[in-house]
Amino acid sequence: MALDELKIGGMGASRRRVEDNRFIRGKGRYVDDVVLPGMLHMEILRSPVAHARIKSIDTTAAWEVPGVRLVLTGETMAARNLAWMPTLSYDTQAVLATDKVRFQGQEVAAVIADDPYIAKDACSRIVVEYESLPAIVNPVQAQDPNAPLIRDDKENQATNKIFDWEIGDKEATDRAFAEADVVSTVDLHYPRSHPSPLEPCGSIADYDRATGKLTVYMTTQAPHIIRAAVSLVAELPEHMIRIISPDLGGGFGNKVPVYPGYVISILASILTERPVKWIEDKSGNLISTGFGRDVYLQGQLALRKDGKILGMRMHTVSDHGAFYADAQPTKFKIGLMHSTFAAYDVPAAHLTSEGFYTNKAPGGVAYRCSFRVTEAMFFQERMMHAAANDLGMDQADFRRVNLVKDDMFPYRTAFGFLTDSGQYGKCLDVALEAIGYDTFKEEQEEARKRGKLLGIGISTMTEPLGAGNSREYDILGIKMFDSAELRVHMTGKAILRTGAKTQGQGHETTWAQIVAHELGIPADDIVVEEGDTDTAPFGMGTYASRSTPVAGAAVAMVARKIRAKARKIAAHLLEVSEEDIEWELGRFYVRGNEERGVTIQDCALAAYSNVPDGLEPGLENVAYYDPPNLTWPFAAYVCKVEVDPQTGVWDVLKFVAVDDCGVRINPMIVEGQIMGGLTEAYAMASMQYITFDEEGNCIGSNYMDYLLPTAWETPGFELHEVVTPCPHHPIGAKGIGECATVGGPAAFVNAVMNAIEHTGVRNVDMPLMPNRVYEALQTGQNVSGMPPVKGD
Amino acid sequence: MTSLYEEVPAEVPANVPTRRVTVTVNGEKRTVDVEPRLLLAHMLRQALQLTGTHTGCDTTNCGACTVLFDGRPIKSCTMLAVQADGHDVETVEGLATASELHPIQEGFKQEHGLQCGYCTPGMMMASKALLERNPNPTEDEIRWALSGNLCRCTGYQNIVKSVMWAAEKMRAEEAE
Ligand code: FES
Ligand code: FES
Repeated sequence: MALDELKIGGMGASRRRVEDNRFIRGKGRYVDDVVLPGMLHMEILRSPVAHARIKSIDTTAAWEVPGVRLVLTGETMAARNLAWMPTLSYDTQAVLATDKVRFQGQEVAAVIADDPYIAKDACSRIVVEYESLPAIVNPVQAQDPNAPLIRDDKENQATNKIFDWEIGDKEATDRAFAEADVVSTVDLHYPRSHPSPLEPCGSIADYDRATGKLTVYMTTQAPHIIRAAVSLVAELPEHMIRIISPDLGGGFGNKVPVYPGYVISILASILTERPVKWIEDKSGNLISTGFGRDVYLQGQLALRKDGKILGMRMHTVSDHGAFYADAQPTKFKIGLMHSTFAAYDVPAAHLTSEGFYTNKAPGGVAYRCSFRVTEAMFFQERMMHAAANDLGMDQADFRRVNLVKDDMFPYRTAFGFLTDSGQYGKCLDVALEAIGYDTFKEEQEEARKRGKLLGIGISTMTEPLGAGNSREYDILGIKMFDSAELRVHMTGKAILRTGAKTQGQGHETTWAQIVAHELGIPADDIVVEEGDTDTAPFGMGTYASRSTPVAGAAVAMVARKIRAKARKIAAHLLEVSEEDIEWELGRFYVRGNEERGVTIQDCALAAYSNVPDGLEPGLENVAYYDPPNLTWPFAAYVCKVEVDPQTGVWDVLKFVAVDDCGVRINPMIVEGQIMGGLTEAYAMASMQYITFDEEGNCIGSNYMDYLLPTAWETPGFELHEVVTPCPHHPIGAKGIGECATVGGPAAFVNAVMNAIEHTGVRNVDMPLMPNRVYEALQTGQNVSGMPPVKGD
Repeated sequence: MTSLYEEVPAEVPANVPTRRVTVTVNGEKRTVDVEPRLLLAHMLRQALQLTGTHTGCDTTNCGACTVLFDGRPIKSCTMLAVQADGHDVETVEGLATASELHPIQEGFKQEHGLQCGYCTPGMMMASKALLERNPNPTEDEIRWALSGNLCRCTGYQNIVKSVMWAAEKMRAEEAE
């Protein structure tokens, strides 16, 4: 008798999470919880100014503080060829500044001491003399012919421009615009934001001179990439480097890059021959580590009177800070920005992009986003909103006309992506029904009588999740596949390891469910480990919603390899030929004689005790999975807000999310991901942004200035599902971790705009703080977050 | 000195004052010599190895370090260890007994009230303080009581449900 899949914690079970058992007891093991014998502590001195030449650094007083073991400056790093390191986008980044500081918060010196308090004291005794230079805080200033050159360290870098890039068919797009009845335009700013996981970054480097082995505990989402990078930067052989990423207190893209602090702690351990712990404080995290967004999005739609989109043009100007350190696939200079409009049937499209250096922290990380997809979809849905208004069409009708229809798959987008499945129209219908779209107009009227303004906003989108395939996607030349290794022990229990790295997504729970689904081994009998490069198979890590699409697929594939071998063993045990064997969950049996069978556990025991002749003993294997395509989840988000015209304050009355992420492995965890993502979407729409004054001072360097929503502000969300299995993923799943963050912001913004656009205003840039909304209501004018930056 | 050996630093830092504090932590009296500037959070984490209390900010905003101080929730990153002398501190490690989870812990697991787990100890301690003074809170009361604690993963909705779950279980246990 086949097993009941839900009972063994297989696919579709809302299995309670195994990792929770330690977290709820306060027994998680985050980097800062790790204590090694003889460990020293490191603190970093950061630049107080955004742009300045370093005239001198005097560390004498710091050395005199009792308990100080080592003081490092750019000069000491340079002597070991470590003052600069490569970024993930083929640029270089200063580890400790030698010539200039290029953003406020840049690493200038480091102190290693007996305890963190002493290290901090000693840092404050380091005297740095700066000669200040004008700060460039936006791309407009960066383009000024008289602007100071930020990257004067680079040969062949005469201006502050990093790249020009384009994709699409310009001529076909121009033709579409020539034929258009209506042309609609938007001009938007997606402000700089910081992923801000609650746990900041940190590392403990432990170099053992006797063995030559370097072990580093590190807050990283991609341990194997880090191992390769450390090997390159520190010139240590790769087999002598072990990166351990223990429990992570969130990541959201912030923990993908290599940070100077990691590198400095490694050198400090090599020099002191003691373990060196570096735990960044929150201000350090917010002002120096990978930010997201900060891009200006301009575009146009060519439209026919009946609502059909004929063509799309887009131009982006992105601000990358002082070092081009975007974490993204090599081929694409502005990430997957060209995934914009993938959900709509657009015959012609053209995208041009320019990127600039400024005196701000480097980054451009995929903040809960598949490489700039958040910006792409925000642009798309704000553009759709504006175009429907310009046409005088209903928002839902306009989308229905243009969404890719179910029978059009596989569909090649104007920029060349291949979307393969979905029920876009159905998702939209479910969302509209749930929010009560039909009766909204009456509700709006009724609210007006109360002096309140109601608005409704729609955002529908599909996004590319789960890079590779490896033909197109690599980081620093390393192909984007992933891996899983499964070892089934003789009692039928198992250990699974993957090249991904959970940061709260619950891999320890869901991966076991995939194995349970494939092999019928109860999920509770499978332990999952990730994050140790000495034990896990090589993988690219977890970001861009790639775990389930890539590593999750590898888990299914390795389980299938195990099953294939178990089948041979079963045939031997049942004394029939392999062809006469049937499989049902957890068990092989003889075709035509269901009673005669052996369980997967019987096969596991036999693999170690009764192996047929000619078969290798053991039941272990590894699989590397290179996906044939990205996965394309779809989402329809609809938001209803009430705006108080007296104050500009807006409240979410209802938010409906319909997600189609294919087959759901653990519905409880999927819903948790969606709610978390929606909250970040709400955060960006309403309050969360990092800005700078004209001197380049970061306004938003701590949680008093950088506002994150609490339980009190955060609205409730109503979730619905539609399931269209992914045609190429072994278990039909698609990525989900980021859909809500990507598609959510436009739903909030469109709703608020819908409530106030009777005044003539077309756009208010995020975040929609009450003062901005109020200003728009009073003036009927757009409120822009673009430069020139006001000094307020 | 309690260990058999204790290495004395070659250069004993002059005039670093220390003070002896005795704090009841999770029901047990603990005595530590501390510098007066040591934060309570760091004493718990480093001197007592109670690493369940996390720190997530420098500005008393995140609540990851929330513990109960004489039964009231406080942010242990904003209190000096010396201020805790003679007081009672309860941390996440004190919630469960060897054999049994506290209903709040069960609630967080059952209702998926955590993802990365970093905010969780603070959230649970703040929830405990709430349920002790209000055994039957409304959703709004829970959201307000937890508004000093940030979570970046869950979106709070499931945290609210977790607290509701725990409240119900605690009321049922009370009734028995
Ligand atoms: S560590 Fe953030 S409030 Fe204490
Ligand atoms: S669970 Fe990650 S911060 Fe709350």
